[in-house]
Amino acid sequence: MYEHDVIVVGAGGAGLRAAIAAHEAGADTAIVSKLHPVRSHTGAAEGGINAALQEGDDWELHAYDTMKGSDYLGDAPAVETLAQDAPEDTMRLEHWGMPFSREEDGRVSQRPFGGLSYPRTTYAGAETGHHLLHVMYEQVVKRGIQVYDEWYVMNLATSDEPNPKDRECHGVVAYDVQSGQIEGFKANQGVILATGGPGQAFDHTTNAVSCTGDGHAIAYRAGVPLEDMEFIQFHPTSLPSTGVLISEGVRGEGGILYNEDGERFMFEHGYANNAGELASRDVVSRAELTEVNEGRGVNDEYVHLDMRHLGEERILDRLENILHLAEDFEGVDGLVEPMPVKPGQHYAMGGIETDENGQTCISGLYAAGECACVSVHGGNRLGGNALPELIVFGKRAGRHAAGDDLGEPQIKTGYGNDVEDETDVELPVTPGSAGIGTDDGVAADGGPRSASDARSDGGIATDAAGAIERAVERERERVDRLMDRDTGIQHAEIRQKLQTAMTDYVNVFRTEEGVKKALRIIRECREEYQDVYVDDPSRTFNTDLQQTYETRNLIDVAETIALGALVRTEFRGAHWRAEHQERKDEEWLKHTLISWNGGKPDIFYRPVILEGDEKTYEPKVRSY
Amino acid sequence: MSTQQPEPESQEAPTDPEFQGAESSVDEAERSGGDIDQTAADPTDLEGETVLIKVFRYDPEVEAKQEPRFDDFHVPFTKGMTALDAVIYARDQYDSSLTFRHSCRQAVCGSDAFFINGKQRLACKTQIAELEQPIRIEPLPHQEVVKDLVVDMDHFYDQMHAVEPYFQNEETPAIEDLEEQRQSRENREKIKMSTRCIWCGACMSSCNIAAGDNEYLGPAAINKAYRFAMDDREPEEIKEHRLRIVEQEHGVWRCQTQFSCTEVCPKDIPLTEHIQELKREAVKKNLKFW
Repeated sequence: MYEHDVIVVGAGGAGLRAAIAAHEAGADTAIVSKLHPVRSHTGAAEGGINAALQEGDDWELHAYDTMKGSDYLGDAPAVETLAQDAPEDTMRLEHWGMPFSREEDGRVSQRPFGGLSYPRTTYAGAETGHHLLHVMYEQVVKRGIQVYDEWYVMNLATSDEPNPKDRECHGVVAYDVQSGQIEGFKANQGVILATGGPGQAFDHTTNAVSCTGDGHAIAYRAGVPLEDMEFIQFHPTSLPSTGVLISEGVRGEGGILYNEDGERFMFEHGYANNAGELASRDVVSRAELTEVNEGRGVNDEYVHLDMRHLGEERILDRLENILHLAEDFEGVDGLVEPMPVKPGQHYAMGGIETDENGQTCISGLYAAGECACVSVHGGNRLGGNALPELIVFGKRAGRHAAGDDLGEPQIKTGYGNDVEDETDVELPVTPGSAGIGTDDGVAADGGPRSASDARSDGGIATDAAGAIERAVERERERVDRLMDRDTGIQHAEIRQKLQTAMTDYVNVFRTEEGVKKALRIIRECREEYQDVYVDDPSRTFNTDLQQTYETRNLIDVAETIALGALVRTEFRGAHWRAEHQERKDEEWLKHTLISWNGGKPDIFYRPVILEGDEKTYEPKVRSY
Repeated sequence: MSTQQPEPESQEAPTDPEFQGAESSVDEAERSGGDIDQTAADPTDLEGETVLIKVFRYDPEVEAKQEPRFDDFHVPFTKGMTALDAVIYARDQYDSSLTFRHSCRQAVCGSDAFFINGKQRLACKTQIAELEQPIRIEPLPHQEVVKDLVVDMDHFYDQMHAVEPYFQNEETPAIEDLEEQRQSRENREKIKMSTRCIWCGACMSSCNIAAGDNEYLGPAAINKAYRFAMDDREPEEIKEHRLRIVEQEHGVWRCQTQFSCTEVCPKDIPLTEHIQELKREAVKKNLKFW
């Protein structure tokens, strides 16, 4: 068993920042990540970091823009914390050597971005995330923080009280991908989940193959609610064959969207008569899919983004990177032909419920970054707000886990007095564990029965080492079970079915019938997963085993996304429902929370906090 | 459970024409250096649109794979398909034990540098249509193979860490002043290409010197040193310290300017030029002290 004060799971921007903060606060800190840090998906972020750095700008304006962008589903304490901390934390990156783009006088540049009232997006070329990730990893190397890279975290080791709010997290169970060795990691002060987004729940996503919602799923099954999972951002211009992102910059420079008939549909079909191609992301995504659904898509799949008229000189000057992307990932020369694009899953606004210090309702368990929901982004994330979230809340989680006093949080977590739990929406299937009520010896999640009944012994695991040993034993049993079977179904088939269902039915457009269909398919996936087996017999670098674990996580996470999409009967931010075309503030100024509840998911709600430190954010119509 | 002759899922074959086309294509494994079938088209495929990839296989733990070999996979071609797409298809449809690193699929994570048709390339940005068939996909040369296309990167990381790959400046402005260190546009431009490195290891693998001298820092690490040594935000004495690191016995002077690193770099970093510039800087510094 390995032992540290603070264990950070995941080594993207939030994880690295958390580790640095915990280390600086005096904790013996280690990072456990399924990827080497520089492989993390933070590196793919292009845009920039919103921070009120300049005279004339103000953190309060940043907070206001963010709250409006969230469609009034961000919690004011979280939003204000982000806006207040972002300037210092951005400047700290510069002090660590980040190669920001510069002005003539040598100061860092900032540029305008969608939904911002001031040009406060700090950037390093069109590769801001790459630089942020590398600079942060450099600082981890400098401090000698231990990194267990290519160790896959399989589960948390928590105590087993009936109410999750009474539980304590003692560490994690992880396996060394290279050797297959399964070990416990004891965390004396805290475990911080920084595992990124769940984009692989969808068939078509800009997210990396590694974005499988591992942190979401292990926290969820340990009893932490997932919050606002229905809010998924779809980016309107991703390449059809790979999901690689084509920056909004193309439309910003004057790129035009055409359907198969050569119509400039944003105008000709009246989707956005003023802004056209530059309408907000959700509007453009919905327009593109409407064209395809009504038979005007190219190859019934995508639309064309044309930038040829901008001329070679201008393209090379401002959009060179786009030419490389289209060439390398779609085999298309953007100078001589239009680029095929379609909406792709891009970002999850929801996630593991935390307060503004990164704490979940389980003592000693934290989350930060895209896997967490503080909530800063509410119903819709503004461009340039993901990276400051990583550094601000990564830092806070790291400090708090290491024992720094950050003050009493205003955001509440877990099931408590301030929640309501009635929902009148009928579920098409029973979500959650497939093992309940059966006694075939194989549990809900394809593992040995003892794994799903982890808390059935009724004992309170006060002994941390004992809790970890038991958790390790359960994962060893689960792996043996998966490897010993030599027939059944393979994870790739289940994963593909799940991803297709999510992209078909829980995508940009959501209907009650469609989402219910998705829930039924997710249920089928879960049942098929009971018979999953790992074909690769090797303990050496067994990615088959790792992906089988990840697929299980995707099933649980996808189900929460679909459940959220079904019960939220309104149109807010990125969540569009055919039957409910209005934002309903009287009814829906509240977060959707879904807790695993021992395998019988429970849906409840918590009112959004619109009261800031000094003012209240009154919901207004979100128009730009 | 054998990995030797991967079979497609039998229940799928009759319903999926694409799958059927590839079904007969998983030929018996060929040993490295064996006869290579020069024809790409699979006679059973209706449209003739499959590509043949020959993938290196090795697993020290699995008896059938202890002796390195190549496995053939016939993959239905789709427009825009990359070498990464092809091995993913082979893994997900034919043989789940086929092992390789990959993550972002867009040339920023640097996980999937393989030796494709005799050249170090990032699989995710290598278009299948531009390659001659059959396509040979092997792990990066000059690195220990862990399994299939996965190589041990530890030595590469050790060399990266050996150049103190982090910004050093003890006198930054007070953080609460929100004051940055100034940097001219020209200086930012000077280090720009060097900061694009994604640690994929293609350069190191292509370098003859690195192959012969295990202690050679290698192009990526020296480029990392360049990135800081040329950054005007670091003080002069740190720059001198950095030059001392790279002019050691296994540093810049080992480079024989063969440009192989520059040629394979997927981010177009002028690695050889950066090494030469550090040589010149080191000479200048030493002259100064004379």
